[in-house]
Amino acid sequence: MSTTDDAVPGFPAAGPPGGPQRSSAETYAQVQASPEFAALRRRWRGFIFPVSALFLIWFLAYVLLSAYAPGIVNTRVGGSNITVGLLFGLLQFVSTFAIATIYSRFAEKELDPEASRLRAEVEDSL
Amino acid sequence: MTVLAEGEQQVGSPLLNISIFVVFVALTLVIVYRASSSTKTQSDYYTAGSSFTGAQNGIAISGDYLSAASFLGIAGLIATKGYDGFLYSIGFLVAWLVALLLVAELLRNTGRFTMGDVLSFRMQQSPVRAAAAVSTLVVSLFYLLAQMSGAGGLVALLLGIKSTLGQDLVIALTGIVMVVYVLVGGMRGTTWVQIIKASLLVIGAAVMTIWVLGQFSFNLSSVIGAADSADATSVLRDSGNSYASNPLDFVSLAVALVLGTAGLPHVLMRFYTVPTAQEARRSVTSAIWIIGIFYLFTLVIGYGAAALVPGGPPAILKAPGKDNAAAPLLAEALGGPFMLGIVAAVAFATILAVVAGLTITSSASFAHDLYANVIKKGDVAPGEEVRVARITAVVVGLLAVVGGILANGQNVAFLVALAFAIAASANLPTLLFSLFWRRFNTTGALSSMYGGLAICLFLIVFSPAVSGPAGPEATAMITAVDFHWFPLSNPGIVSIPLSFLLGVIGTYVGQNRERRLVTADRFPEMEVRSMTGAGSAGRPKQRSGVMADPATHPNQVAGRPGAH
Repeated sequence: MSTTDDAVPGFPAAGPPGGPQRSSAETYAQVQASPEFAALRRRWRGFIFPVSALFLIWFLAYVLLSAYAPGIVNTRVGGSNITVGLLFGLLQFVSTFAIATIYSRFAEKELDPEASRLRAEVEDSL
Repeated sequence: MTVLAEGEQQVGSPLLNISIFVVFVALTLVIVYRASSSTKTQSDYYTAGSSFTGAQNGIAISGDYLSAASFLGIAGLIATKGYDGFLYSIGFLVAWLVALLLVAELLRNTGRFTMGDVLSFRMQQSPVRAAAAVSTLVVSLFYLLAQMSGAGGLVALLLGIKSTLGQDLVIALTGIVMVVYVLVGGMRGTTWVQIIKASLLVIGAAVMTIWVLGQFSFNLSSVIGAADSADATSVLRDSGNSYASNPLDFVSLAVALVLGTAGLPHVLMRFYTVPTAQEARRSVTSAIWIIGIFYLFTLVIGYGAAALVPGGPPAILKAPGKDNAAAPLLAEALGGPFMLGIVAAVAFATILAVVAGLTITSSASFAHDLYANVIKKGDVAPGEEVRVARITAVVVGLLAVVGGILANGQNVAFLVALAFAIAASANLPTLLFSLFWRRFNTTGALSSMYGGLAICLFLIVFSPAVSGPAGPEATAMITAVDFHWFPLSNPGIVSIPLSFLLGVIGTYVGQNRERRLVTADRFPEMEVRSMTGAGSAGRPKQRSGVMADPATHPNQVAGRPGAH
């Protein structure tokens, strides 16, 4: 353990080696093993992992289309100079704004209250 | 004015350009000086005492991120390559979702000053911190080089300074002002410079966008049509103008862009300037809006430059600074010398502010990770670490000036894309593995960081970006000898997956040896901290702090001038 004692110097929880450090490690391990924490983690990962996969695939699809299917992306929409590729690109902006907004709302409603409750629990027992 | 003649190296009125820029520098120096009175401790210098709000930091993140590459580089690429240039802005924007969903909050909760804090949290301190410092310095120096290379061309274009010596002097002067920001103001002063600069940049881009659209009765299709007819050689609305011969390079670039942002040390460090993970999330969300809207502006500015600059894209490519000159030339075509002066000053401010942000990040990483925790093993006198950081800032400033003089004339967005590839290869895999994968260990971290960095640099050296055949179409830095064998200009698609793979292999190879060395598993602690913020230096506002960190003073800077 000696190599990791002062991992984050200055943190209140990173006490001197010995007593307090061991008990804080136990507290963290306890909270991490609790069903409440597991539920929070499930809810959180259930959002971030699928959404990350989604936007990465969506972005990659756009890039692959642009690189390998010029026939599709260069198609002009209704005789204007706006192409299908440009519209796809603009949709990337829309989806990015939407995901950022949805995630923020989700985190504030579904994650923050439980996270701060668990935080209080940890810090009270340290 | 037709095509810019060879000797005609200046546009607008240099005196006007210089005066507008001097006003900006004077104003920011006053603000930086005022911020200096509250920059005393280590935490003030590195992270402004984590005292900024999410909204303020969101603007500052945009200021750090919307570099010369975003403004001059992307506008120039869209003006000369059309649709293919647009990809840069999309990659640069979508990348923020990686930072928002997977990195920002966890990083805020588990670290304090540098990326090394998080990477070394449950690893062996010295080797991992040393690796973090090395990759921070390499990425930041690459990024610095890109910014400073834009400065040279801009100086030539705007100040009418024709001699190389004169240009070099101006680059040196830029470097000195930047180092003064960092030394005097620390992170607090630098953040205010970012906030002012981001506001000016977004307002300037908005004015130009509305102006361009106004000339085409607010019809984007007409802007693109006019851009297309200005360039006889290529169809700017179509894809393939720069990547038709090698589409895989286009994909590789895109992968590097989208995965690079969340590994950029100067971006990561900004998450520490707010008190909590919630504020870090708010920072990123508002940064996404600001950055996204700005990139929509650059789309119009780029096509607008192709359409409205007399002589069109060929004239832009012949101007000093080449395609980086598209936005300033458009400003002149729209509003004459005064508009050019404003845009020029904003572009300079952009370079200055981004370089300041990079400098403070490299100096923090050197002083905090390498000096205090590796060389001195955590035994540093108070004030000593900040003193070392300040000296490092001066050295980095010097390197930036020399690099800027040497790298003159490369497209800024392209150079930055290489910095993104390095960041995505060296930092992102280790960052994600240490946050999400329990078995990940020191051997894995070191393999992924050094391996990713080495592979990425190696492939860049042997890429067509560094050496290539000479000729009128030559794009390589070196054309005297052609030693390239790697087919891609951007190595991302090879180096990033390999770095993830090395992290996995290293973890399994090292696990038996490490099990004997390390007795406790700190993953539970890291996971609880990263998700809840327990034990982190910042306090949520609504909770009156037990054990409040003395370095944290929320709202301390609320009354300062220059906000928004």
